[in-house]
Amino acid sequence: MSRGQKQSTTKTQLRPSILVKRALPWVVPISLVVAWQWASSAGILPSRFLPSPRAVVSSFIELSASGELWMHVRVSTLRALAGFAVGGGLGLLLGLLTGSLHWAETLLDTTIQMVRNIPPLALIPLVILWFGIDESAKLFLVSLGVFFPVYINTFHGIRSVDRGLLEMGRTYGLSGWPLYREIILPGALPSILVGVRFSLGLMWVILIVAETISAHSGIGYMTMNAREFMQTDVMVVGILLYAILGKLADLLAKGLERYWLRWNPAYQTAR
Amino acid sequence: MPVTFSSGEIAAEERRCSRGVSVAIKNVSIAFAGRTVLENFDIEISAGEFVVIVGRSGCGKSTLLRSVVGLETPQSGTITLGEVAGSNGKPDVRVMFQDSRLLPWRRILPNVMLGLEPAIIPQARRVLAQVGLAERANDWPATLSGGQRQRVALARALVHDPNLLLLDEPLGSLDALTRIEMQQLIEDVWRNRGFTAMLVTHDVAEAISLADRVILIEGGRVALDEVVNIPRPRTRGGARFAALEERILGRVLQRQSVF
Repeated sequence: MSRGQKQSTTKTQLRPSILVKRALPWVVPISLVVAWQWASSAGILPSRFLPSPRAVVSSFIELSASGELWMHVRVSTLRALAGFAVGGGLGLLLGLLTGSLHWAETLLDTTIQMVRNIPPLALIPLVILWFGIDESAKLFLVSLGVFFPVYINTFHGIRSVDRGLLEMGRTYGLSGWPLYREIILPGALPSILVGVRFSLGLMWVILIVAETISAHSGIGYMTMNAREFMQTDVMVVGILLYAILGKLADLLAKGLERYWLRWNPAYQTAR
Repeated sequence: MPVTFSSGEIAAEERRCSRGVSVAIKNVSIAFAGRTVLENFDIEISAGEFVVIVGRSGCGKSTLLRSVVGLETPQSGTITLGEVAGSNGKPDVRVMFQDSRLLPWRRILPNVMLGLEPAIIPQARRVLAQVGLAERANDWPATLSGGQRQRVALARALVHDPNLLLLDEPLGSLDALTRIEMQQLIEDVWRNRGFTAMLVTHDVAEAISLADRVILIEGGRVALDEVVNIPRPRTRGGARFAALEERILGRVLQRQSVF
């Protein structure tokens, strides 16, 4: 057994382990793209179904050069962020309220839990009736979708703040806002950030659906419009854009976690 | 407020009288869900005294301490703290818990200054130096050992220059060597500042090495109230120390054999 250990340690010393570790996650996606390009050029994959990667890239360059792409990205991002701000803000406020005050929980929580079980996308027919296919319809849907993850995790975070710390804070004369700022909010923050991360994912999902159903601009509109003209390359660009934007939102949330929770050994950057 | 140490026993004695506050616990009864924890409990603690409360788990010693600081409300009886000269008359009471209860999201110095104005920074640094952790001021609590965290908790209590310090088994989870170090630190600080101290512990040897008076609680009442007359600093090897430890331990265990 000791010999086996020895062998494995020499092995790790010999191979450039960091490079391998960095490269390994990209092996599968890169091979897929290569296979895809090969299948397209060999004519196995007709461009009516899926354009070649090269066509996607050139279409991307074309769209961004004309500025059309950035206009759509900007519109979609603004919608997503506005919806996130409204829904997430309300979720945070109400979560803080029901988490901190028992009467607020009794008054509101049952209602919120009932509404939560309605999928926001099921409301689309009604939303179109109320708001038309205006900006406000998309804002409403995104806000509604991101509200619940933030609300539930904020509520849970407040409730699970270490009682020992609260007790200690009180013996040190903290109450009201100072107690909130020093102990309750930071204690609930890890949980709140889980909610934020969850909502950021949901934010794009709901926006995509809302934009594909009815819109005059945005990535969803661009994709749907391309379908009408069978521009499969533009459709793939739109889909990839969602993937990239979703990943960026997740990176942002991770960054916030790493900064705000840097006191927590679980979130400290591994070396 | 000077925090420098003076070795003069007399000077410490004088300050002890001025800094500490007396505690009078009269007829206190506390029950949780119908189970009586303390019953008609009486003790008087004079200003500057170091009282150690021992007893088996669940005997109500922690409850007693918690009711002194108002974390528990007795069903009957009164707990009165003496007046303090100089300040606004309201004595400052601080607690050290079994776990350090540092805020994990604040660095060490802000933890020590919890609830205080930034003007207190120099004083907080001095106290931190006093407990031997001056250079850890900017670290996160998660990077400290258990013993170091308890030192920070002690510093946090001391910054307020308390009149009464309540210690709820603060050394219970530390290793044997760190415990002895911390006992010496607490004794030094107490001798130099002269606050009144109430310590709850399981450890009879710890009780004897620190206490002016050891109180044993059993069945919600005072079972033993023993003044410890061994001169300080006390060494554990001493004959009087060992005899007293033997006697108190015997008393604790004897009661158990009855049941």
